[in-house]
Amino acid sequence: MVTKIVMQPATRRDVMRLAGTGALAAMFAGILPGIAGADPAAAAAAIAKLTGGKAAKEGKIKMDVPQIAENGRTVPVSFEVESPMTDKDYVKSVHIFADKNPTPDVSSYHFTQHCGKAAVSFRMRLGGTQNVIAVAQMSDGSVYMAKAPIKVTIGGCGG
Amino acid sequence: MAKARVKVPASVKKGEVFEIKALVKHKMETGQRKDRKTGQKIPRDIINKFQVTYGGKEVFSSDWNPAVAANPYIAFFLRAEASGDIKFKWTDDKGKTTEETAKLTIS
Amino acid sequence: MKLTKMKIAAPLLSGALVFAVSAAALAADKKMNWGDKQVGEIRSGYTYAAPETRSMQDDDFANPGMVWTDDGKALWGKKDGKAGKSCASCHGADAADMKGVATVYPRVDERTGKLENIESQINFCREKRMDAKGWKLESNEMLAMTVFVRHQSRGMKMNVATDGAAKPFYEQGKEFYYARRGMLDMSCAQCHETNAGMKARANTLSQGQSNGFPTYRLKWQKVGSIHRRFRGCNKQVRATPYKAGSSEYLALELYLASRGKGLPVETPAVRN
Repeated sequence: MVTKIVMQPATRRDVMRLAGTGALAAMFAGILPGIAGADPAAAAAAIAKLTGGKAAKEGKIKMDVPQIAENGRTVPVSFEVESPMTDKDYVKSVHIFADKNPTPDVSSYHFTQHCGKAAVSFRMRLGGTQNVIAVAQMSDGSVYMAKAPIKVTIGGCGG
Repeated sequence: MAKARVKVPASVKKGEVFEIKALVKHKMETGQRKDRKTGQKIPRDIINKFQVTYGGKEVFSSDWNPAVAANPYIAFFLRAEASGDIKFKWTDDKGKTTEETAKLTIS
Repeated sequence: MKLTKMKIAAPLLSGALVFAVSAAALAADKKMNWGDKQVGEIRSGYTYAAPETRSMQDDDFANPGMVWTDDGKALWGKKDGKAGKSCASCHGADAADMKGVATVYPRVDERTGKLENIESQINFCREKRMDAKGWKLESNEMLAMTVFVRHQSRGMKMNVATDGAAKPFYEQGKEFYYARRGMLDMSCAQCHETNAGMKARANTLSQGQSNGFPTYRLKWQKVGSIHRRFRGCNKQVRATPYKAGSSEYLALELYLASRGKGLPVETPAVRN
């Protein structure tokens, strides 16, 4: 059954592990089986590079993804980051990663206070079952992270 | 040939936060696919940047990688500040651009 | 619908296709009110799609197929060929002439006795009236124009003629639909009639209706014609496919359109 899920932010246990750059990889260990050759550590490294190893907090990010993608080539994803979006307090950027795609970087969204809302809907490609990860950088320098698992199945006859 | 479709509400109230939808036709060739005959990888060819200008300044932009689905769709929000043009620009790996303009009317 | 597990013999292949029933899914399916997308037992492919896929189709600014509609509209007014005409020259700038056309195609041209679908009709007009080169099937131009023309009938009920001059083609298409073919030795009916609503691996089999074609398939990442789908289906049961535009597929297209009688034209639909 395909239902929309509002995913949870990274668990406290995950966040506690984020002592440093290398520990980010621990967050992605033990995920659902997925694509051959995919490297969750690459996603962790990309995120660490982005945040400069800064610890990401839980909360503020709401992701809306299908539980099962009808087709991995076009998966609709939405997110919204809680923020007053004023010139003093706004979401600077949201970066999306897929932790088992051939390359983990998916897209980045850069906001200004003129956006009114840091919310975007887009469509992405998923090479297999994996987590979609959103990393939000706020105007005050803080970083938030959330992830949502999406199952990608093999279709009926020839995909 | 039309390349992009953009939806901006007909009229908005001042200060209202409204949604914009934009759709552009593009294969978004990932660079991972192999040519069946030659076995060579088909080179990457994607739109890598989307920029929105409103009131003369860039208010929203987005960087895209090959994991963005073909015929990219994006919905995002803007706050209605003044009547005027909202400009949309998509740029591909070769630097080619597609542009659209929509008029925003504050009622 | 019978809730049974069916094993389809595939003598030349390792691994059989098993159709499994998810009783809960079927029950939930039956509860939905699909509006005009269901006529008695006849159901549009829309009713088998995931909610996200349906949302994509419902919004003209989220529906990727609409870009092809825009392209078709631009081509409609463009002069082409030695006669210096565009489609608009004969059919009007707003294409109001095309309203209802998709509901009765494929149909037999009374003058020639030939069965025409939208694509062949487009090329007939181009070659004979505009003195222009015909468009290749599945080319961007042909897809855009076919989508644009069929789109003018969106929401109108499919109603092809199957009697009179159309009867022999209808019978030919019907025979094709029920004939087993390919290494998997399967007919269209086995997936789309007997097992519609059941799953083949992770996909739910639809009734294989044509009312949304040319459709934007997530798999193709572009719009494609019903003949392209026929070729895909034939290849998937390991049968040599016929050519797009072939008499076999034209007849099948007519028969298929008759099976969808009463369903609304949805072009461009969004499907998996």
